[in-house]
Amino acid sequence: MSTDGGTLAELGSVKKSFGAVHALTGVDLRVDAGECVGLVGHNGAGKSTLMNVLAGTLAPDEGTITIEGADRTPHYSVTAAHEAGVRCVFQELSLCPNLTVAENARIMHPHLGGLRWRRQAAGLISSELDRIFPGHGISTKAIVGDLPLTQRQMVEIARAFTVTDSPAKLVILDEPTSSLDAVVAGQLLTFVRRFAEEGGSIVLISHLLTEILGSADRIVVMRDGRVVITDRASAFSRDTLVAAMGHVAENAVESTEEERDRSALPLRVRTELQHGETINLLAHEGEIVGLAGLAGQGQTRMLHRVFDGARGGAEVRGTVAVVAGDRQNDGVFPLWSINKNVSVGSLRELVRRWLVDDRAEERLGATWQDRLAIQTPNMDDPILSLSGGNQQKALFARALGSKADIILMDDPMRGVDVGTKAEVYGLIRKEAEAGRTFLWYTTETEELEHCHHVYVFREGAIVTDLPREQVTEQKVLQASFRDST
Amino acid sequence: MSTATASPGRVSGADSRRLLRAAMPFVSLIVILGAIFYIQPRSMSTFGLDLLLRLAVPLAFATLAQLCVMTVNDLDLSIGTYIGVTAGISATILVEQPILGVLALVGCVAVYAALGALIHLRDLPSIVVTLGMSFVWLGVAISLLPVPGGEAPEWLRTFMSLKLPIPSPILMLIVIAAVAHIALMWSPYGAVLRGVGGNARAVRRAGWSLLKAKVTMYTLAGICGVLAGMTLLGLSGAADARMGERYTLLTIAAVILGGGEFVGGRVSPIGAVVGATTIWLAANSLLSVLKLPPEWQIGAIGVILIAVLALRWLVGRVGRAS
Repeated sequence: MSTDGGTLAELGSVKKSFGAVHALTGVDLRVDAGECVGLVGHNGAGKSTLMNVLAGTLAPDEGTITIEGADRTPHYSVTAAHEAGVRCVFQELSLCPNLTVAENARIMHPHLGGLRWRRQAAGLISSELDRIFPGHGISTKAIVGDLPLTQRQMVEIARAFTVTDSPAKLVILDEPTSSLDAVVAGQLLTFVRRFAEEGGSIVLISHLLTEILGSADRIVVMRDGRVVITDRASAFSRDTLVAAMGHVAENAVESTEEERDRSALPLRVRTELQHGETINLLAHEGEIVGLAGLAGQGQTRMLHRVFDGARGGAEVRGTVAVVAGDRQNDGVFPLWSINKNVSVGSLRELVRRWLVDDRAEERLGATWQDRLAIQTPNMDDPILSLSGGNQQKALFARALGSKADIILMDDPMRGVDVGTKAEVYGLIRKEAEAGRTFLWYTTETEELEHCHHVYVFREGAIVTDLPREQVTEQKVLQASFRDST
Repeated sequence: MSTATASPGRVSGADSRRLLRAAMPFVSLIVILGAIFYIQPRSMSTFGLDLLLRLAVPLAFATLAQLCVMTVNDLDLSIGTYIGVTAGISATILVEQPILGVLALVGCVAVYAALGALIHLRDLPSIVVTLGMSFVWLGVAISLLPVPGGEAPEWLRTFMSLKLPIPSPILMLIVIAAVAHIALMWSPYGAVLRGVGGNARAVRRAGWSLLKAKVTMYTLAGICGVLAGMTLLGLSGAADARMGERYTLLTIAAVILGGGEFVGGRVSPIGAVVGATTIWLAANSLLSVLKLPPEWQIGAIGVILIAVLALRWLVGRVGRAS
């Protein structure tokens, strides 16, 4: 099998379901040697699932995996993928924070042993870092947990290209630039092109369409667990790509009340400027305020400040409830029933004669099961019997069911399917019209379309505020990245 | 280049924090030793040090057993009574029928390995499993030795009372720490084992077996427990089913004092051995030279433990602030 220009890897009608959710409904994908394939699609379109199948971390329910002409479907695993030269940089970091950069490189290479393994591992990773990110300034002796997020991501990317006994023929990059600044992201994309020209293959997943259009040879568009279009990159423009993804046209949510005078509304939240900040956050009655920017730029901390009120340096008028985004860590009470998980936000209102009124509690649960269409035969079932999306609905019910005036949402739509999202968006707008205030941290630009006002965060502070009519993906991204290039 | 210019400051801050954390067990050891020498200057001799530190050796082994389990984010509440069993076997079966004795000890290690596999495969909380096992081990120890007794094998007693130019416990502690450090911090597989504590998913995605890693760690813990039981027996001459019971919580304290964490795979074998020595000195030698009445001693041990661990917390906080 010649590697030059031939097919390197091929997935044939791959299917994968998680419970009732069909993540992949028969996907065919081909990657040629020396080719950079751009993979785009909405969140939940199945891109990451597909890449997990290709990398061997998820076994498909059905379908075939062929690499360099050999059928590898039975017993395909991470180890088999590695031996075949398939590497993957996952969306969430796959480094061990307690180990050094060199030790993390060693974990990738099972055969790196002997007395000098440490020096070899350090040499491997540092030469790769130098090749991809010249001037990176990362010490191989540094403990990964001590490095800032950007450098961690650089280490992880460089690690995927290190070679000992098995070659790196196909490297999957799943949102590799999400926490890189513009300069470093540029270095990476340049390297991707060079890697492909030298005969390597890349699958690049990114929500930044300019990156895909600029770097990929061929673009594969996924929607609802299927590949909808495949074509040369030059055949697409930004607009046709957006259309192919089935993106809500940019002005789909027409602003019903263009002329909102913010200052006329009663103030609910005002933060005091802390060191390094130039813009303070304001939120009024009936407003949906978006906190945008790249992930982890201080948005969650801002929500905590508002929650802490005066102690956190924020003037807050009204009661506050939270919808957690990180369900497992600060959302559900895993041992409680769905109903208890919902009612815990309003216990004070449910008390009668010093005790919680069971019947009122049930009524509350039933109301919200109805309003949010929580799919369960019985609200007394354990919360963990629900799918992720429905658990998230229960968390929404907890916050919305309380009497809180201000609802803080910490990227609450993670892992929520498209249908639920639409329902929840509608509910949020209705509740806002009824006078509630929402502070909404989101990493998905299209969700900002629902906000009356958007603050963009960078490096822990607000850098721009945009009223609704000025919110575009481009503006948000521009503000999200440092201006220097 | 923004990232390049931003990095040196951050990394050096992290470096100094790590240095402080690594120095912490040594500082507390020096403080405690200093206090003992000040109150009882005669202990500052080869013989005195030998006497002070000899019983730190079994605790150091027990602490390393705990450290192995804590490296993979588990906790072992059975190590104390397990030491009672291994010491009991060494004092009875090993003396009468050496081959059977060795087999019995190997069997104990095999049980530890099986526990590691069980905890991983069934995804059970290690605390519950090992707490249950602690009663099982105690039962086994009591049926081996209904009354304190038995006899340490001759060779073991001789080995534990070796007379060398430098106090033999010091030599042993150094060797133990060095071997553990090489195994866990230097060896290529040691990095993988610690990685399991840091990010098990990442290690699995790189193609390693988590089951194998856990079984390895529990096996090592079992072996360290055997060594702890044998050295304890060699020093005391006879065994008692409950002789190791107090060790369980002391080992956890020693790992933490030595710079380890309950979760996250951050451990330091050298620190743990130093921590074990410090805790041993604080909990026993310091109290006896202080001539505290016996009814106050147990309480005093607790107070000293809290004080020593609070010191570590304080250092951690100062490190973070800088």
